[in-house]
Amino acid sequence: MKKSELVVAALENGTVIDHIPPDKVFDVVNLLKLQEMTTQVTIGANLFSHKMGRKGIIKIADRYFTDEEVSKLSVIVPNIVITTIHDYEVTEKHHVTMPDKVVGIVRCLNPKCITNHEPVRTVFNVTDKEAGTLRCHYCNKEIYSYEIKLV
Amino acid sequence: MALQGRSLISLEELAKEDILDLLAQASKFESEPNRKILDGKVVATLFFEPSTRTRLSFETAANRLGARVIGFSDAATTSSSKGESLKDTIMMVSNYADVIVMRHYLEGAARYASEVSPVPIINAGDGANQHPSQTLLDLYSMLKTQGRLDDLDITLVGDLKYGRTVHSMLTAMRHFSSRFRFIAPRELEMPQEYKEYCTEHGIVFTESHEFNDEIISTSDIIYMTRVQKERFTDLMVYEKVKNAFILRNQMLSNARENLKILHPLPRVNEIDQDVDSNPAAYYFKQAKNGLYVREAIICDSLNIKV
Repeated sequence: MKKSELVVAALENGTVIDHIPPDKVFDVVNLLKLQEMTTQVTIGANLFSHKMGRKGIIKIADRYFTDEEVSKLSVIVPNIVITTIHDYEVTEKHHVTMPDKVVGIVRCLNPKCITNHEPVRTVFNVTDKEAGTLRCHYCNKEIYSYEIKLV
Repeated sequence: MALQGRSLISLEELAKEDILDLLAQASKFESEPNRKILDGKVVATLFFEPSTRTRLSFETAANRLGARVIGFSDAATTSSSKGESLKDTIMMVSNYADVIVMRHYLEGAARYASEVSPVPIINAGDGANQHPSQTLLDLYSMLKTQGRLDDLDITLVGDLKYGRTVHSMLTAMRHFSSRFRFIAPRELEMPQEYKEYCTEHGIVFTESHEFNDEIISTSDIIYMTRVQKERFTDLMVYEKVKNAFILRNQMLSNARENLKILHPLPRVNEIDQDVDSNPAAYYFKQAKNGLYVREAIICDSLNIKV
């Protein structure tokens, strides 16, 4: 059994976020505000992965995420796997996909966009879920997944 | 009604019927521009960046409809220079006006204003993003001179990279089956995303870096835009191409009889003055058409039909 699976198996109750691209691990931490958590959080970076080469994994005890939080995550880390654990048993496991609309999560990269000058919640329409391409609802600027910056 | 008392922010939201309905309304205003149907209404023109041409056109439209006009022509003279938010300015003005015509240097400003405003917003240009009344007057000019918007050979010339008007035109023309030619220097060619847009929406187009007689003689519409020096990183390149995209009268000798030359104005030197007397020159009449189109837009945004 691989070590990462051992770590998962050791969780009594909580959530495991797996298959995180290695450079996005701390974006996930920030987005979910894991630094403010008081329960046990295990962050694994640059772990060996057959599929990805290197990957990140985060294990959070006694915490479950809402659909909204998951859809936020999907914007910066599409294709992750979220597993929920109750009593050491995997109760749910799903591959995360991008929503149709991304509200208040991503910053528009157009310096002349109204959202960078007024207190406006950013809104992006997802134009390509596979590639992770977003289009600003206000200025129409397209943002590609590798450019995405959080608010 | 196309807008049904709603804002006009982008042509992307308008269906084919909406566009044709607005153009039909504009045609009625052309036959009778002075109609006091907005008596007692107040139209605000908020120009956060100066645009004399567009402002005068909208204000004339409002005046000819019998409305009163309030507003400003430069943000430097308003409280936004004191740091007031756009939202607060819009909320304040909407207490006084029935409709707000807004020009802003920030992209997406009109969309945002329409989301906070209790009265309709008409986008009179938001940065490099949208300028729907310009596009509608371009369409109106094509429809009026050619009798149709389908099956036309439309040649777009000049700065196709940054030219907001040519991008908006493609958005609006997705509903019609005309053919496009994109003629631009390599540095200013049509961006890939717009070419993809054309492909996705079945808009037929070809591209060339040469503006020659063959292209001119097979066009129904030539839409000229300005090749601006400041767009070039290498001024040597600018010097090389600047004369290749100038239209002169002698180039029009083999043109189709129905050819019309359009330009969003202001023109600098991309259309030689010797073209002005050619019957194909339409750019000044095109600007005049803006008045009728804007009368139609203002009325439609107030749910008033003629």
